[in-house]
Amino acid sequence: MNKIFALAGVVIKELYRRKDFYVLFVLSALLTCVASMVNFFHDDKIVRIVKDVCLLLIWISTLVIAIATTARQIPAEREARTIFPLLAKPVSRTEVILGKFLGCWLATGVAVLVFYVFFAFINGSREHAWPVAIYFQAAWMQWSMLAIVIGMVLLGSIYFAAPSSTVTIIFVVVAGILGLGSHLNTIALSQSEPMQSVISVVYFCIPHLEWYDLRDFVVYSQSLAPWVAVLQATLYAAVWTGIFLFLAWLGFRRKSLTT
Amino acid sequence: MKVSPVILLSALLALAFTLGTSVAPRVDVWSQHSKSDNVFGVVLGEGRQLFANQFFTMADVYFHSGYYPSIFDKNAEEEKDIITASHGKKESEEEEKNEDFMGRPKDWIDAFGRNFKVIHHTHLNNGNEREILPWLRLAADLDPQKVDTYTVGAFFLREHLGRTKEAEAFLREGLRNNPDSCEILFELGRLYHDSSHDLNRARNVWQMGINKFMSRTGDQQKETKLVFEELVVNLGDLENEAGNYAQSINWLHVAQKLSPSPQALQKQIDVIQEKIPVSH
Repeated sequence: MNKIFALAGVVIKELYRRKDFYVLFVLSALLTCVASMVNFFHDDKIVRIVKDVCLLLIWISTLVIAIATTARQIPAEREARTIFPLLAKPVSRTEVILGKFLGCWLATGVAVLVFYVFFAFINGSREHAWPVAIYFQAAWMQWSMLAIVIGMVLLGSIYFAAPSSTVTIIFVVVAGILGLGSHLNTIALSQSEPMQSVISVVYFCIPHLEWYDLRDFVVYSQSLAPWVAVLQATLYAAVWTGIFLFLAWLGFRRKSLTT
Repeated sequence: MKVSPVILLSALLALAFTLGTSVAPRVDVWSQHSKSDNVFGVVLGEGRQLFANQFFTMADVYFHSGYYPSIFDKNAEEEKDIITASHGKKESEEEEKNEDFMGRPKDWIDAFGRNFKVIHHTHLNNGNEREILPWLRLAADLDPQKVDTYTVGAFFLREHLGRTKEAEAFLREGLRNNPDSCEILFELGRLYHDSSHDLNRARNVWQMGINKFMSRTGDQQKETKLVFEELVVNLGDLENEAGNYAQSINWLHVAQKLSPSPQALQKQIDVIQEKIPVSH
C-alpha cells in the first residue's frame, strides 16, 4: 500500500509542478470575473448566468486536467525508460496502475476542491448565500465521475498508440456520454432493427456519467439530491472504475515496455 | 553586400506604411458590403441566428429552472412558455400536465437518473424572472431581427420587475431594428397603457401597429392574425376607458370577426351600448 501512495505522491507533485492547472484556473477565474462584471439591464441581482458559466468552466477544466494528466502517465514512463527502474524497486505492475490512478484521482480532487472554493466565494459574494451541502454534493459527484474517466483514460493509455490519441478519443467518448447517454433509449425507439437493439445494448453497457452532473441543482438553487442516491451513484462509480482498472491491468501485465 | 539593420527596419516600416495607405480604402469598401453593424454579425455572419434562437431557448430553460425537454423528448417543439406568458396567458392544470415531457421512467437507468435531474415543472416568480434577462439581451445582440426577444424581455421587465424605463428602451431598440413590427408596437402600447397610464400615446402606438399590419402581405397577415386581434381588442377597451363608446364598439365589431369567441365580445359591446345616451 505504501508503494501505491508513494507513486500517487509523485503524480500529485507532477500536477503542481506543471502549468496546466494554473493556466486553467486563471483562465476560468478570469472568464467568471468577466461574466460577473457584465451588466444586463442595470440589474446587479442577476446571478444564475454567472453560476452557469463558472460551473461549465469548472467541468471543462477538471476534465481537461484529469484526461491530460492521466493520458501521459504510463506512456511518459515508457518513453523516458523510467518504468524499468520503477519496476525494479520492486513495484508490481498492479501497483503501478493503482498508484497512477490514485495519484491522478487525488490530484484532480485537489483541483476540484480549489475550483469549488473559488466558485463558492464568487457566488457567496453575489448571492450572499452559502449552500455548502449542495456544493459538497456537486463536487463529490463530479469527483466520483472523474474517477471513472481517469480509469477509462488509464485503460486507453495502455491500448492506444500515443497520449494524443487517448486524449482525443476519451474526450469524444465522455462528451458523447454526457450529451447523449440519457437519451440513447429514446433514440433507439425511433430506429429500425438491428440498429434499435445495438443502441439499446450500448445504452445499458456504458457508464452513465450524466448522472454526476448536478450543475442544474446548484444553478437553479434546487433542494439537495437524495443522499441515498448519491451513495448509490458513488458505488456505481467505484464499480466502473474497478472495471476499467482491471482491464487496464490485464493489458499492462502482458505489455512489452520497450518502445 | 552588408545592409545596416536600421536601414532595413526603416525600409520595412516605410513599405508597411505605403501598403497600409493603399489597402485601407479597399478594406473600407469591403466592410460596406457587410450588412452587420455589430461585432456578432461580423464574427458569426448568418450563423448568429442559430445562436440567438438557442439563447432565447435558454431564457425559457431558466424560466423553468432547468425543467425542460431536450430535442429528443416530446414537447420539444412546443411554443415557449415565456412567449405565452408575455401574451398574458396562464397555463391551466391540464396544459401543465401535458408538459410533463418525462412521463413514466422507461427503465432503471432512467428512473435512477431522475434523482439528479430537475423533475418539477415550476416558473420563476417573486422577481427571480430577472434571471432570464441576460439570455434575452444576448439573443437581441445576436439577432436584432428576432421580434419575440424584445416583446418578451420588455414584458418581464415591465410586468414582473416593474422596470418600465428599461422595458421602453428595449422596445425602442427593437423598433429601430424592426421598424415594421406591429408586435413591438403592441407591446409598447401596453407599456404606455398599463404602466404609464398614458392613453393617448397607447392609442397612437396601437393605431400605428394596425397600419403596419395592414401594410403586410396576405400571407404575413394570416400568420400574425393574433397580434391584430390583440391590437383591435385593446383599442376597443382603451376607447371604452376614454369614454369614446362609439369608437370602442367599432373596434370590438372588427375584433368579433377575428375572435374565436365572438359572443363574449358581443356581451362587452352590449354593456358599452348601454352607456351611450339615447338621443330623442
